[in-house]
Amino acid sequence: MTDQTQNSVAFVAESIIPESPPPARERGIVKWLRANLFSNVTNSILTLATLWLLYLVLSSTLPWIFNGVWTTSSLNECREVLDGKVGACFSVLTERWNQLLYGFKYPYDSYWRPNLALVLLLVAIAPVLFFDLPRKMLAFTVIYPFLAFWLIWGGTLMAPIVAFVGFAAAAAFFQHFGKGSFALGFFGAIVVAFAVWILGGMLIPEGASENAMLSPVPSRDLGGFMLNLMLGVTCVSLSLPLGIALALGRQSDMPLIKWVCVVFIEFVRGVPLITLLFVASVMLSYFFPPESTVDLFLRVVIMITMFSSAYIAEVIRGGLAALPKGQYEAADSLGLDYPQAMRLIILPQALKISIPGIVNVAVGLFKDTTLVSVISMFDLVGMIRGPILASTEWNGVYWELLGAAAALFFVVCYGISQYSQWLERRLATDHR
Amino acid sequence: MSTLTDPPKESFRLSMLIHDTRYRSLTFQAIAAVVLALCIWYLGNNLIQNLRAAGLNISYGFLADPAGYDINQRLVEYDSQSSHARAALVGVLNTLLVAVLACITATIFGVIAGVLRLSQNWLVSKVMAVYVEIFRNIPVLIWIIIIFTIMTAVLPGPREFRGDDATSSMLFDAFAFTNRGIYTPAPYFERGIFGSVTLNWLLVVAVLVGSFLGARKINTWATAKQEATGLRPNTLPIILGVWLVPVLLLMLIMGLSWEMPELKGFNFSGGIKIGGPLIALWFALSIYTGAFIAENVRSGIQAISKGQSEAAAALGLRQGRIMNLVILPQALRVIIPPLISQFLNITKNSSLAIAVGYADITATLGGITLNQTGRAIECVLLLMLFYLTASLLISMGMNIYNSSVKLKER
Repeated sequence: MTDQTQNSVAFVAESIIPESPPPARERGIVKWLRANLFSNVTNSILTLATLWLLYLVLSSTLPWIFNGVWTTSSLNECREVLDGKVGACFSVLTERWNQLLYGFKYPYDSYWRPNLALVLLLVAIAPVLFFDLPRKMLAFTVIYPFLAFWLIWGGTLMAPIVAFVGFAAAAAFFQHFGKGSFALGFFGAIVVAFAVWILGGMLIPEGASENAMLSPVPSRDLGGFMLNLMLGVTCVSLSLPLGIALALGRQSDMPLIKWVCVVFIEFVRGVPLITLLFVASVMLSYFFPPESTVDLFLRVVIMITMFSSAYIAEVIRGGLAALPKGQYEAADSLGLDYPQAMRLIILPQALKISIPGIVNVAVGLFKDTTLVSVISMFDLVGMIRGPILASTEWNGVYWELLGAAAALFFVVCYGISQYSQWLERRLATDHR
Repeated sequence: MSTLTDPPKESFRLSMLIHDTRYRSLTFQAIAAVVLALCIWYLGNNLIQNLRAAGLNISYGFLADPAGYDINQRLVEYDSQSSHARAALVGVLNTLLVAVLACITATIFGVIAGVLRLSQNWLVSKVMAVYVEIFRNIPVLIWIIIIFTIMTAVLPGPREFRGDDATSSMLFDAFAFTNRGIYTPAPYFERGIFGSVTLNWLLVVAVLVGSFLGARKINTWATAKQEATGLRPNTLPIILGVWLVPVLLLMLIMGLSWEMPELKGFNFSGGIKIGGPLIALWFALSIYTGAFIAENVRSGIQAISKGQSEAAAALGLRQGRIMNLVILPQALRVIIPPLISQFLNITKNSSLAIAVGYADITATLGGITLNQTGRAIECVLLLMLFYLTASLLISMGMNIYNSSVKLKER
């Protein structure tokens, strides 16, 4: 019976039709194009418009870049070589490369010092950025700031050593006494550090800088992209602890401390960085003791650190607020006091949540270091607008210089933001 | 038998100040207050000594003195004999002008780029991603300088518009793009109802506000009708009429005309001149902040769960209505708080005007006035006061709006 029905129904296939490839429009690149670029009328118009725009941009920039001249010593020579053709004068970059990177006053024979400092910086921050590296490398990170200071500014080795010994003594004091009472350890450590610095300062002989191993370089000789990097790295690392303190202060139960922190944070976030830089350049020196001279670099570092610490404090406050209340209560019920609870339970979690925000602040701050050119410091932008464009050889070479500055910043900032995204994926412990 | 006794009354001991949690916070605050007072005293003392040594004092009298410098871009009457306070006012208005303009255009750029970045079109979304990454990762100061360079070094001078063999020509005979700025036609009324120009324009604004109120009324009426009958009357022609007819009528009555920019002598005259620095600042702030807003818009739209659009589709809504009625109202709640801080950033970044010579408050009060009078402390304090007030006002206004669109939770 069954056999009969099966055989008698005409539309039931008895043999398998041989496989054939999908039609041409449904495979390979054609399918991809149809799906992604020309799926409907609007999309097709958008695609064509974008292609036209890309053509406009590339057809004007690519010949300019590929016809570029790299080996002339002035704009006029470069124009002669180009002979009316479209082309860039990248020779300004090759000729002024050192000025773009180091400023125009940093001693030529000492360029190896900032270079070495940069390489060591990468070694020093590696264990901070990548947790898989051996923890022992952190020891070098601790020494690095003093080493870098000595390398870049030169002068006597005694100054950074005394500074380091002061911090080391303070840390040792805190290790020993901080276990019993946090307040005693903390305030005692500050006193110890100052004692070491004052005593050590007396030990450094007068004029030790003149015949030191590395010749001293005054701050006003720093410049170029080096200045941007130095300001960025210094201010971000200084503002992290300050930002944590401000964030904790803003959450505090003590009204006085809370209001001091709130007023500071809201004030700094309400004014543009440029006004704070004005403060650094024209106003801050009024607040130092009359006989002291604090150089502009340090004043700028103070103001930028204040600026970024307010922003970092807000990011960390977000992280603190995002922690469930149970974490605070758990710490209390374990009998931990406030410093212990913060150090062992709250901050490790809150900081982890706030890492992406902190990186955003860091990138923004690094970009904002270009503003120091407004108060006539010769950072990368200041060098371009000042000495290089004003020189007779290179008067009028805008695009090559600005393009190079943009490219330098893009590489660094894009790199940092990619790192932050990697870290976010790495630290994601929730169930996804 | 038991006796109930009160716990022994603890007498106050000095060590309780540090060990008893009831008093400890008081102790800490007292210490903090003393340290704070010492710091303020130290800084204030230094300030007084330094000022005395320099023979200076703090006084704001200089604001009434004649400024003695000219400002090209200005919204109110000003000449070099006007006071420093007047120059500062010109600067304030210029700051507000560029901030408002840049907020509007940055929002437009940002929304377009953010929506297009989510487009299904591979090429468009990639191009938008490149736009966002390039503009976010390069300092805004460099963008301002780049666009200013385009304005001054690439655009032709007014000279090149002259003569029969002019190398440049005006767009539609109405817009002139020169290295001194962009000249556009200026509207004016031939027979205004009021004598004053300002009053005539205020009348136009009043009519527009009336149209807005009328259009809203019609919308409420249509919604009421829809709820009663289930059918929404077609309101589009009526609303268009309410918006257009009164304004056009008013323009006709007052005789709207355009004053064209013309080449006279070595420069253009007539029409509205938008200076190069203003355009550089406006455009740079717009595209730079637009990239940030694009990211906010994108994450706001992506934050709405897919179930929402699927549920809306299941209800039979069309694609446009899903966006308007379901996705956008929810996405806006996510987008608006970061948008507020972007507006604040624009206002603060407008202080970079000083780099291209646009006469905003930083360039007038914090730049030329400061350098001429040497009153650094007073100028910088006034500058900070202005920006603080502006920031607080913007965040206050935006917070009010924010709470009005907030999810009403019970």
